[in-house]
Amino acid sequence: MNEAASVVWVISLPLLGALLATVWRQYAATIGWVSSALTAGCAVWLLWVVQRAGVQELALGGWEIGLGISLYADGLAAVMVLMSSLVVLGCSVYARHYFRAQRQHELFWPLWLLLATALNALFLAGDLFNVYVTLELLGISASALTALGAKRAALRAALRYLVVGLLGSMLYLMAITLLYAAYGTLNAVQIAEALQVDPLGWAALLLMLAGLALKMALFPLHFWLPPAHSNAPAPVSAALSALVVKAAFYLVVRLWFEVFAPLTTPLLANALGALGAMAVLWGSWSALRAERLKLLAAYSSVAQLGYLVMFFPLLAVLEGEARQWLFGAMVLFALSHAFAKSALFLAAGILLQYAGHDRIRELSGTTQALPLTTFVIALAGIALVGLPPSGAFLGKWYLLDAAFKTGQWWWVLVLVAGSLLATAYVFRLLGHAFGHLPAVKRPVVAATQEIPALALALLATFGLGLGAMSLWSWLAHTGTGAGL
Amino acid sequence: MNELLNVLTEALGKNLPLWIVLSSFSVGLVIFFVQESSHRLRTTLNLLAAVVKLALVGVLLWGVYHGQVYEVRWVIAPNLELLLHADALSMLFVTLSALLWLVTTVYAIGYLEHSPHRSRFFGFFSLCVSATVGLALAGNLVTFVMFYEFLTLATYPLVAHKGSDEARKAARLYLAYTFTGGLLLLVAVVWLKSIAGPLTFVQGGILDTLPAETHSALRWIFLLMIVGLGVKAALVPLHGWLPKAMVAPAPVSALLHAVAVVKAGAFGIVRVVYDVYGVEFADVLGVLVPLGIVAAFTIVYGSTLALFQDELKKRLAYSTVSQVSYIVLGTAILGPLATVGGIVHLVHQGLMKITLFFAAGNYAETLGIHRVSQMNGVGKRMPLTTLAFTLGALGMIGIPPMAGFISKWYLGLGALEAGVLLWVMPVLIASSLLNAAYFLPILYRAWFLPADSWPDEHIQAQRWETHGMLLWPPVITASLALLAGLFASLPFSPLEWAQLITAREYK
Repeated sequence: MNEAASVVWVISLPLLGALLATVWRQYAATIGWVSSALTAGCAVWLLWVVQRAGVQELALGGWEIGLGISLYADGLAAVMVLMSSLVVLGCSVYARHYFRAQRQHELFWPLWLLLATALNALFLAGDLFNVYVTLELLGISASALTALGAKRAALRAALRYLVVGLLGSMLYLMAITLLYAAYGTLNAVQIAEALQVDPLGWAALLLMLAGLALKMALFPLHFWLPPAHSNAPAPVSAALSALVVKAAFYLVVRLWFEVFAPLTTPLLANALGALGAMAVLWGSWSALRAERLKLLAAYSSVAQLGYLVMFFPLLAVLEGEARQWLFGAMVLFALSHAFAKSALFLAAGILLQYAGHDRIRELSGTTQALPLTTFVIALAGIALVGLPPSGAFLGKWYLLDAAFKTGQWWWVLVLVAGSLLATAYVFRLLGHAFGHLPAVKRPVVAATQEIPALALALLATFGLGLGAMSLWSWLAHTGTGAGL
Repeated sequence: MNELLNVLTEALGKNLPLWIVLSSFSVGLVIFFVQESSHRLRTTLNLLAAVVKLALVGVLLWGVYHGQVYEVRWVIAPNLELLLHADALSMLFVTLSALLWLVTTVYAIGYLEHSPHRSRFFGFFSLCVSATVGLALAGNLVTFVMFYEFLTLATYPLVAHKGSDEARKAARLYLAYTFTGGLLLLVAVVWLKSIAGPLTFVQGGILDTLPAETHSALRWIFLLMIVGLGVKAALVPLHGWLPKAMVAPAPVSALLHAVAVVKAGAFGIVRVVYDVYGVEFADVLGVLVPLGIVAAFTIVYGSTLALFQDELKKRLAYSTVSQVSYIVLGTAILGPLATVGGIVHLVHQGLMKITLFFAAGNYAETLGIHRVSQMNGVGKRMPLTTLAFTLGALGMIGIPPMAGFISKWYLGLGALEAGVLLWVMPVLIASSLLNAAYFLPILYRAWFLPADSWPDEHIQAQRWETHGMLLWPPVITASLALLAGLFASLPFSPLEWAQLITAREYK
């Protein structure tokens, strides 16, 4: 088969699944997990192709670059597609049993697969307008999925999520309109080549950053995230926290390092980094004070995204090999968070189902009755704190290393404070597993719910912590110039 | 025999250190899934793993002695490598932990009979030992840090095991101390790595070639590392968690105090001073004297506080605070004799302290005795346990021919050699007097005062004074402590081994 086809398949398989699941509602669940499994297979294939044959570029429908839909897969895009497909697969297997005997079941699968489509299309988009389309698709499917929580709080959170998402996309759309007016193209490579350092470029950059910061819940624009992520059904929460905010982060990375590279000064990078630092401190502190497990997990996402942004000021001043290592470490941190946070939300979903609530103070009996689920929470906690072995540990290692190498020691302080707070919120939770409350009757949990959570948690800890060396060589496959 | 060992080393190959770590790690994971009621299966797994590990360590010891090189490398990220490596110092610690783990496992099986959550307990127990041997076999600081953090994770559930509010509070405190320490150590290691490159442990140190302008940074890094390691080694004022952690079951206390946590901190300090900085270079930097002062203060402070504890385990805990700092003191004095004293105390303190904790556990389990004031006449009721306790206590005081005497002898000689006798000797004398002051009254009570009624007698005296699995471990470890002192000059004694290590540390 044509090698470039792998780029198309990772997008069209979930889309096909979404359509089929709409038509044959009674088989929706089967269609859902089969198409996610196939997509994950294609994602591996895509990574293999990129690794072997280099960057894949594709103009759909034979339209030349600049007119039609163009797809672009380099190492980074392929890694993100694989991350997203694996998390979606884990959540799909979990969701089969989670939604059993519920009315939302039929609504869930088409929207869910649409979300997966939007994610993969976004990671592979080759021009700025495609990105806009996929962003809208993503925002709409994500807020519709949030509304499946069906409670009043969920509906309210979903509506707010939708409005915030639209606002973010609008800012982004304004930016690309400016760029189109100035350069007559929306292809990322062409813009990167033509970009001038002038007020228009600045305006476009700042608008885009503002829009995407809103979407990735960067402090202080994070207000919408905790209610949305904590009120959605478990698999949806997992995908929202692990992937959807990560998609916005991915776009920031692409725009920052590739398209707008001439405009991104260290000063701006430091401003972003400072926001990240505040996100780390505020998010971790709020997680520590959260009464409910899912709220804790949501606030922890705010903090973890802060760490990701803290890489920017250091990447701005490092050069050569050290910079590549740090960039890889940032991607590794993002992957580690994706797997760990999805595992945590899935485990929280199990606790919530069997205890009927997720109030941390009262979870003692349930955590003792569900040792495997508790173990998943512990593993995910290790990855969130950044203890070894985990991808986050390596990410933090390089972050510290870069801070020392460049003499920017203040990031070290933020990292230490953030890690201590994270330890506190993780072990406040785990401490209850040892309490003396009478253990509740041992519930029967479907293996299809615990196993995917466990697999994701193991991937975040032992998988990425000990076996992530190839990541850096995968990421070395980038195009010559910009490649969005 | 030699042929068999040859075949074995051939088959296990260079990866032997990895197998040693994995032998308890994998079994620990399996034990988590063992049904609570399958007592026999769990016991078999536990003992099997402990015996296998000890046998593997034996093979490793044999190989290292015959000059074989064991190295396992695994690159986890660019410029970041996991390295397991067996050198003379790691062998000392690995052998100690493998040996004491076997004894402690037997003890724990007897101690925890019929108590809940045993699979959880033994699972984490095995992970804890894996972390300890991993730490001992770590060939560079990166690996050391990873196992150091892993040790914290594996011991937290053991401290919290009883599940009472007190236990959970103690575990939280333990975690707060050790994670903060671990984080500072991590920061220091990353910082040092950004200056000095790969931090492989090399006897004699690796930093002395660095230019003079890095020296002030190196001093700060040393401070951070000592604080990070000192939390586990219970250096005053970082010792606050240790007396509280006494709520853990007796085998956990024994392991924590003799092999795992406290010893990991002390071992780390030895590694950093000798194999990273190099003791001579550390002296040039001027960091040894402050370290020695902290150690000396800790020795006296711990002993003084021990004097005022009525609760037996608390008294032993403060005694640990004091005794572990002998290791640090030996490290902080420049000169081969003090080095020998410090390193050999790593083993001696382990043997003696584990005996004391086993005995304390026996008193509590058999007769419900938790306080020194309840111990009147216990020597007649439990003669073997009390004999073991006596040997351990005398060793701690430093009375010949117990192992503790050898340590103190070399520390004193080392102080003389380094010309710091003036302040080290008073510390040693004061501490020995204090040790005598808090141990001898216990021995007097136990042997010479008439017995009252016991607070809560669970186990009746039948053939032996208590359950056999509780009785033999302290007897064995006490005998080892006695033998280590009596035959200190024979080949393969801890002392000989410490001298071998020392000979390689001074360039």
